Amino acid sequence: MPLLIKGARVIDSAVGVDDVLDILIEDGRIARLAKDIDPGGVGAPDGVDVLDATGLIAAPGFIDMHVHLREPGEKFKEDIESGTRAAAAGGFTAIACMANTDPVNDTSSITERIMKRARESAVCWVYPIGAVSEGLKGEHITEMADQKGAGCVAFSDDGMPVRTAQLMRSALEYSGMLGIPILDHAEDLSLSSGRVMNEGAMATALGLGANPTASEDICVFRDIRLARLTGSPLHILHITSAGAVELVRQAKREGAPVTCEATPHHFTLTDAAIVGFNSAAKMAPPLRSEADRQALLAGLKDGTIDAIASDHAPHYVADLQVEFDAVPFGVVGLETAVPLAIEVLVHGGVLTLAEMIAKFTEGPARILNLPGGTLKEGAPGDVTLLNLERQYEVIPERFESRGRNTPFAGRKLRGCAAATVVRGRIVMNRIAGEMTINADVEISAGKV
Amino acid sequence: MMPEQYRRKDLLSIRDLSPGEILFLLDMTDSFREVNEREIKKVPSLRGKTVVNLFFEPSTRTRTSFEIAGKRLSADVINIAASVSSAQKGETLRDTARNIEAMSTDVVVVRHSASGAPAYLAGELNCGVVNAGDGCHEHPTQALLDLYTIREHKKEFDGLRVSIVGDIARSRVARSNIIALSKLGAEVMICGPRTMLPAEAESLGARVSTRVEEAIEWSDVLMTLRIQLEREAGAAFPSAREYAATFGINRKRLEGAKRDLLIMHPGPINRGVELSPDVADGPFSVILEQVEYGVACRMGILYLLAGQREEVDGGPETGGSPDGPAEARPESTEVRDAVAH
Repeated sequence: MPLLIKGARVIDSAVGVDDVLDILIEDGRIARLAKDIDPGGVGAPDGVDVLDATGLIAAPGFIDMHVHLREPGEKFKEDIESGTRAAAAGGFTAIACMANTDPVNDTSSITERIMKRARESAVCWVYPIGAVSEGLKGEHITEMADQKGAGCVAFSDDGMPVRTAQLMRSALEYSGMLGIPILDHAEDLSLSSGRVMNEGAMATALGLGANPTASEDICVFRDIRLARLTGSPLHILHITSAGAVELVRQAKREGAPVTCEATPHHFTLTDAAIVGFNSAAKMAPPLRSEADRQALLAGLKDGTIDAIASDHAPHYVADLQVEFDAVPFGVVGLETAVPLAIEVLVHGGVLTLAEMIAKFTEGPARILNLPGGTLKEGAPGDVTLLNLERQYEVIPERFESRGRNTPFAGRKLRGCAAATVVRGRIVMNRIAGEMTINADVEISAGKV
Repeated sequence: MMPEQYRRKDLLSIRDLSPGEILFLLDMTDSFREVNEREIKKVPSLRGKTVVNLFFEPSTRTRTSFEIAGKRLSADVINIAASVSSAQKGETLRDTARNIEAMSTDVVVVRHSASGAPAYLAGELNCGVVNAGDGCHEHPTQALLDLYTIREHKKEFDGLRVSIVGDIARSRVARSNIIALSKLGAEVMICGPRTMLPAEAESLGARVSTRVEEAIEWSDVLMTLRIQLEREAGAAFPSAREYAATFGINRKRLEGAKRDLLIMHPGPINRGVELSPDVADGPFSVILEQVEYGVACRMGILYLLAGQREEVDGGPETGGSPDGPAEARPESTEVRDAVAH
C-alpha cells in the first residue's frame, strides 16, 4: 500500500528543498513530493496509508556509514537483527557494516552470507564493507572485484589502520579501478598501540597510556599523499585531531579525492570524560582535547567533514567488567547519534538543520555511491522524521542494541528521530508516545 | 591546616584526599610508630580481622610492609601472588576480588599493573580497598610514608623544596608524592630526561627540569626513583651507563647541594645508576627510615579501614559527629590502649 506522509517540513539539501510538503511513496520509491497531496486522488485501489507528520521534520533516510554489527561470529554482542533494529530506533534507514567480524568479511562468500542474513532479519538497508586485507592482517589485498559483485560498497580494515604505505597504495589503485573508496582507521600504531586514551593532562594525572594526536596526523598525511598519487577515493574514518582536520581541509582545497567523517562522541566529549577511570568513554581513536573538538565543529561547518557516523561498537557486558586497560575500545552509537547531532550541532548553533541533515544523508550517500540520500522522485522510499524538541533520555537498558556501552547514560537530550520509513514502510514510530518497531519490511540488502 | 578525620571506605589515591586527611594519616603513623620500637611488637587492635594482600605484580618491600603491619595489629594476613596473565586466561580481577571478599575479608590490599584497577575494585566491593600501587597512576601509602619521613626531619612542608628525579612518566610514586606535597604547601620540581617526563608535565603542579644539577642546587629534599632497567632501556633512555652519567646522584654532583639535604628512594635501588653506593649509604640518606616508617604508616591505614568499618560504611558524608567517631581519632582512648598493650 502506498504511504503518504503529510504535513512535515521537508528538508533535502540534495535537491535544495525546505518547505512544508507531502511525500507520497509507492512501490518502495518516492513517487511525488508536493503540497497537499489528496489521498483519494492517488488512485491506489486499496487506498493509502496516511502518516500525519505535522510539526515534524522530514528528511531523506539517514545513513550511518560506520557500524559494527558483530555478525557473523559474535552474535552475543549484536547481530544483524538487533543492530538494524537499533538503527531504525535511532532514525537510520541504512547502515554500512564493517568487515571485522569473525570470520572477517574478506571474501564474497562472507559478503553473501551477510546479505542473506540481512534479507532474513534486517529492518533497514545493510551495505557490507569488505576488508582491505585478507584476515585484516595487513599483508595481501582481498578479491575486491568479487566482493564488489557480492555487494560490498567500500573496503576497510577498520579497527586497524591499513598497515603499510605500500598496501594502502595497492588498495587505492585497485579499488579506485572499481570506483570504490578505501576507508581508513588512521593511526600510526607505533605511536598508539597499547595506548588507551588521549595524550594530555588527564592521561598524565591518571597514569594511563597516552595516544598522541600525532599518531592520527601522520597516518592521515600518508593516506592523503597516496590518494593523490593514485587519484583514487579515500575516506578517513572517525577523524579526531585538529591537525588531521587541517590536512583534509588543505587536501580538499587542492582537489585530492578525500572525504572524512566525525562521530557524535568525538564532537560532543573530550578526554575529561575519562575522569575517575570511566571506561565507558574508552574508544579508539580516543576522545581528544577541547581544541580538537572545536576543530571538528569547525570542520563540520565548513564542509571539511562530509559525514557523521556513529562507529557503533557493541560489546559483551562481561568484557566490560574489568579494569580500564582491559576494557575493549568502542561505544554504541546508533540510538544516540541523531539526538546528539540535534542537541550539540543544531541547538548548539554549530550547523543549520539542513547542514546537519546533509551529514547523515547526502554526505554518506555520495561517499559510498548509495542510491539514497535524497527525496527526489524515483529515489528509495526512505524517510527519517525528526522531532527537534522531544526529549530523549539515554537509558541503555532500553536500547534495541545488545550493547550497553555508552558514555551518555542518563543524559537527557533535546530532539530525536520520530519515525523511520524504509521502502515506504514505517519501521519505527514514536510520534504518538512509546516507540514501536515494525519488523515487517522486506529488505533486499545492498543496492537496489 | 588541621588534621581532619579519615572516614573513607578505601585508600585509593592521594588526589582524593584533603590536606587535613593527609595530616590525619601522618598523625596516625606517629601513634603506631611506638609499637614497632617495643620488645613485644604486637597489639590486639585488629584481632579477628582479615587482611588480604592481593598482588598482581611482584613486590617484596610493599607486601612485606603491609604483612608486618597487619600482623603487628593481630590481624590475619593472607598473601596472594596473582599474575595478570593467568587472570586474563581465566578469572577476571572482579571475580577474584569478590571471591576473596566472600570469605569475610575486611581489607584487600591491591597492587596491579593497570592504572585504576584498585579504584575499579573499590566500586565493586563492600570491604575496604587499599591501593598498594596501580600501573603508572598512584602509590598513596608510599607518598604518606615519604611525607612522614620528610616531616620528621623538616617539621614543616610550607615552602619546602622537593625534587623528584627519574622516570616521572611511568612512576606512581612520583604522582602520589607530587600531589601530596603540593597539597601540603611544598614546592615540587620534577627532573629527568624528556623521554621520562609525561605530556603536559606542568599540569601535575610541579616545575620541570632536565638538568639534575639544577634540581640538586634547588632542593631541600631529593627523591630519586628506581629506573626500570629491564623495561625501558633503549626506549626511554639509551643505557644504564648513560643515565648514571647524566642523571645519577653521586658525591661530586652533591657539591652544590644544601648541607641539610635529604636523599630518599622508594627502593629497590639500582646501585650505581640512580644513586652511587656512597650516597645511598651516606649522611644525607634517609632511605632506611622510609622503610621503617612505612610499617607504622600502613598500620594506621589498616587500623582505620579494618577497625572502623562499621562507622565508615556509607562514605565520608555519613555517620557520626562532624569530628567522626571518637574512637577512631589517634589521640582517643582506644588507640592509646591499643598502643599501650
